Amino acid sequence: MSFDYILTVLKPMLEGAQITILLFLLVIVTSIPLGFLVTLLVRSRLKIISYLAQTYIYLMRGTPLLLQLLFFVFGLPLIPFVGEYLILDRFVAAALAFILNYAAYFAEIFRGGLISIDKGQYEAAQVLGLNKFQTTVRVILPQMIRTVLPPVANESITLVKDTALLYAVAVPELLHFAQTAVNRDFTIMPFFFAAIIYLLMTLVLTLLFKYLEKKFSYE
Amino acid sequence: MIEIENLQKSFGSLQVLKNISFSVSKNEVVAVIGPSGSGKSTMLRSLIYLEQVDGGTIKIDGDYLVKEGTYSNNQTIKRVTSKMGMVFQHFNLFPHLTVKQNLELAPRVTKKIPKDEISKHTERLLEKVGLLDKMDVYPGNLSGGQKQRVAIARALMLQPDILLFDEPTSALDPELTGEVLKVIQELAEESMTMIVVTHEMEFAKRVADRIIFMDEGKIVETGDPISVLENPQKERTKRFLSGIEK
Repeated sequence: MSFDYILTVLKPMLEGAQITILLFLLVIVTSIPLGFLVTLLVRSRLKIISYLAQTYIYLMRGTPLLLQLLFFVFGLPLIPFVGEYLILDRFVAAALAFILNYAAYFAEIFRGGLISIDKGQYEAAQVLGLNKFQTTVRVILPQMIRTVLPPVANESITLVKDTALLYAVAVPELLHFAQTAVNRDFTIMPFFFAAIIYLLMTLVLTLLFKYLEKKFSYE
Repeated sequence: MIEIENLQKSFGSLQVLKNISFSVSKNEVVAVIGPSGSGKSTMLRSLIYLEQVDGGTIKIDGDYLVKEGTYSNNQTIKRVTSKMGMVFQHFNLFPHLTVKQNLELAPRVTKKIPKDEISKHTERLLEKVGLLDKMDVYPGNLSGGQKQRVAIARALMLQPDILLFDEPTSALDPELTGEVLKVIQELAEESMTMIVVTHEMEFAKRVADRIIFMDEGKIVETGDPISVLENPQKERTKRFLSGIEK
């Protein structure tokens, strides 16, 4: 196997990796705040809002991500009457499915983080004269972030690998180009290259979260 | 300074406060004693609006927190509760903030003290509780007694007129209670108005101007420490005190 061959195979794969990374970043920066919002809705005193948020989480966690992807990419345009307005770019439709799915998981992670905070923290903040917003931002969130960092890291690494599901809805990404090369050249080397690229991406994430955990530890 | 009349409170069908009435004058130190479940913590917590009562009146320094079961508006509640500081059994320090940050969070965000004076206050209060050298340490690295002294300093930052203590030494190892009680005693000597819910009878005798003995949501007996603790009139008080000694 020549160096030239490796280069010709790697070039499209790295372009595919850009789509992978783009999707990853898009999903992370939108689904984390969205997930926190859903957590707050679940904790809402209005029962109807809480139930709606819980139903949303149940639907998203209770069905396969692949099914959701297929639904958003191929299913939406088939809905009677409104379908014709729902023909989205395949990447956009897929990203939407990812965001909604991951927001549900993040919501549950954040809920766990909030539950773990002692009620005494709220009481101390109250008697010191902090209002609800100040209490949330200055007292609760910093402690919640520390608790949820390990599960959020876990979820982020899963997301890197889940991006390969784009393959199923024909959005060309890293794995798609690897598969193309494998079929064309009758060698499995591109799969190994793909594995190395995924490993590099998750390594960066692992190190980043290690750093964050250190930064948010208080001792 | 504090006037309480006919406080009533139930958790479900359990009545925890049954017509509690008493008052505390300025500079007075009142120790509240009684068996667990007697309602003493609930009574204390309702003074600073951590619990809402079902009926009765709480009047602090001329302002009503609640009048005959009806609470004042939010602004008044805020003004009334800001006259008090509270120290909890489990300290409730903010674990993600250093000792200095724990003290300074409230004055900074509520803007009660001018910015340039905040760190002066911090140093003065940490010196008072003997923890000036722990300023940049996180609570997780302090002993229980040190944590509680930080909590007292934090409560003093906002210069309250009244301090409430909810069993301040109950979560501490016996050999660490002394350092906390010493700080409270010094505050008493500086004429701070205080209500202390406690199980430390010796401390109550030494520091309190008055003892309130509660049982089953009622005040059973009240008076100066010597008469209540050494010569109790009521059968229930006698039984409680002899039980503790054993």
